[in-house]
Amino acid sequence: MSDTILLDRPDRAVTPQPQPPLGLLAEVTHRCPLRCTYCSNPLQLDPKSAELDTETWKRVFSEAAELGVIHLHMSGGEPTARRDIVELTRHAAEVGLYINLITSGIGVDDAKLDALIEAGCDHIQLSMQGADEGITQRVGGYRGGYEKKRAFARAVVERGVPLTLNAVIHRMNIHQVPEMIEKAVEFGAKRLEIAHTQYYGWALKNRAQLMPVREDVDRTIEEVETARARLKGTLVIDAVFPDYYARYPKLCNGGWGTRTFSVTPSGKVLPCHAAETITHLDFWNVRDHSLAETWYDGPAFTAYRGTSWMKEPCLSCERKHVDFGGCRCQALALTGDAANTDPVCIKSPLHDSIGTMATTESAVAEPGAATYRGFRAG
Amino acid sequence: MAAPRSIADETVPALPRGVKFREDKARGRYVLLGPERIFEADPIATEILKRIDGKTTFKAILGQLTQLFTADEATIRPDVEALLTDLSDKQMVTL
Repeated sequence: MSDTILLDRPDRAVTPQPQPPLGLLAEVTHRCPLRCTYCSNPLQLDPKSAELDTETWKRVFSEAAELGVIHLHMSGGEPTARRDIVELTRHAAEVGLYINLITSGIGVDDAKLDALIEAGCDHIQLSMQGADEGITQRVGGYRGGYEKKRAFARAVVERGVPLTLNAVIHRMNIHQVPEMIEKAVEFGAKRLEIAHTQYYGWALKNRAQLMPVREDVDRTIEEVETARARLKGTLVIDAVFPDYYARYPKLCNGGWGTRTFSVTPSGKVLPCHAAETITHLDFWNVRDHSLAETWYDGPAFTAYRGTSWMKEPCLSCERKHVDFGGCRCQALALTGDAANTDPVCIKSPLHDSIGTMATTESAVAEPGAATYRGFRAG
Repeated sequence: MAAPRSIADETVPALPRGVKFREDKARGRYVLLGPERIFEADPIATEILKRIDGKTTFKAILGQLTQLFTADEATIRPDVEALLTDLSDKQMVTL
């Protein structure tokens, strides 16, 4: 990285010199066999015809490694839906990236799995929609998914590749958390993420169908704590709890434009995967700018990096370097201004109404049918 | 961090599948990587971890380090044991 060029710029005085990014979330395609109602992809999905070609993704991975990226999260959609996924994996490994494949496990047969591992895939993260066939099908909108996932997990473990299960938790499956923990052990996973739904994209659209009641959330916190102690040395459990019921907001991806970034199937470079919801931002595309230019100077990255964009109550807050005002996307979605404090914060004038909204929505006995994600429904 | 334990001479330390030790050129350091994990290695840890290849015994690694740091084995052994047992507890090294 070129310190001298950056230090020559006068606007650097107001924004501290950012460090190089540690992680890249590469959404190589939005295509996916599953139609999860909580999907974090945008409502307007990129069609196959808009996807970056093989050579462009390879260049992106080369530039990412050069820029300082350590972990590549190969994701989507379902990344293995791309015919060139083995070639892309091989290239990413050759340029020195640590490759985490984030997959539904559906449509990945043994031959493709072997090829991905041989090409340099270091770790596999498998999504888990439920602890049985019924819930898995209801959440993912795909018949027979549970058995396919179980078979895929077994195939990964048999090959000695470390496996993480990622379970997104919401009203439809929150009662299955203890069973999902048991399944993670049975599947041979080393790690389990119990990630309560974050409300962006399809999850925001389906919030009323997904929001769990407070009592259920509190119970899962206890269930996770108990299981952690019991399974020490067998299974690591990382948990993310829903922030609508929190007192302080979450730190967005380690801070806006601070640790990680995403590239969409069509090449837009985003500070976080939901950032496109902030429609006034100008997202540069890998087709037009290098990753280094975009990371250090892209207008979407400088917009909310650091603290210079803040207003009150963030500006004078003692936590402004702890959570950087929380999530910009959530601030926009729930308050209408992306520069407001995240409304889950106790200092936000909207804090109480967010909690009330979550309580009210989750209390509805029959919230109606959720909308499955899809290319036309957005 | 758990209390350091002793490591037998004939133990062959190794990096488990999914763990990699590599140079982080952008930041001028070496890092030990796992899924969702990055451990920055200080210069001494770097010299220790560079020698873990799944073939070399703990005794032989100590021998190389005593030469490199011109220190006797009794002096450096506890520090190397502390690092490797800690990383073993974190499942970043197998012993």
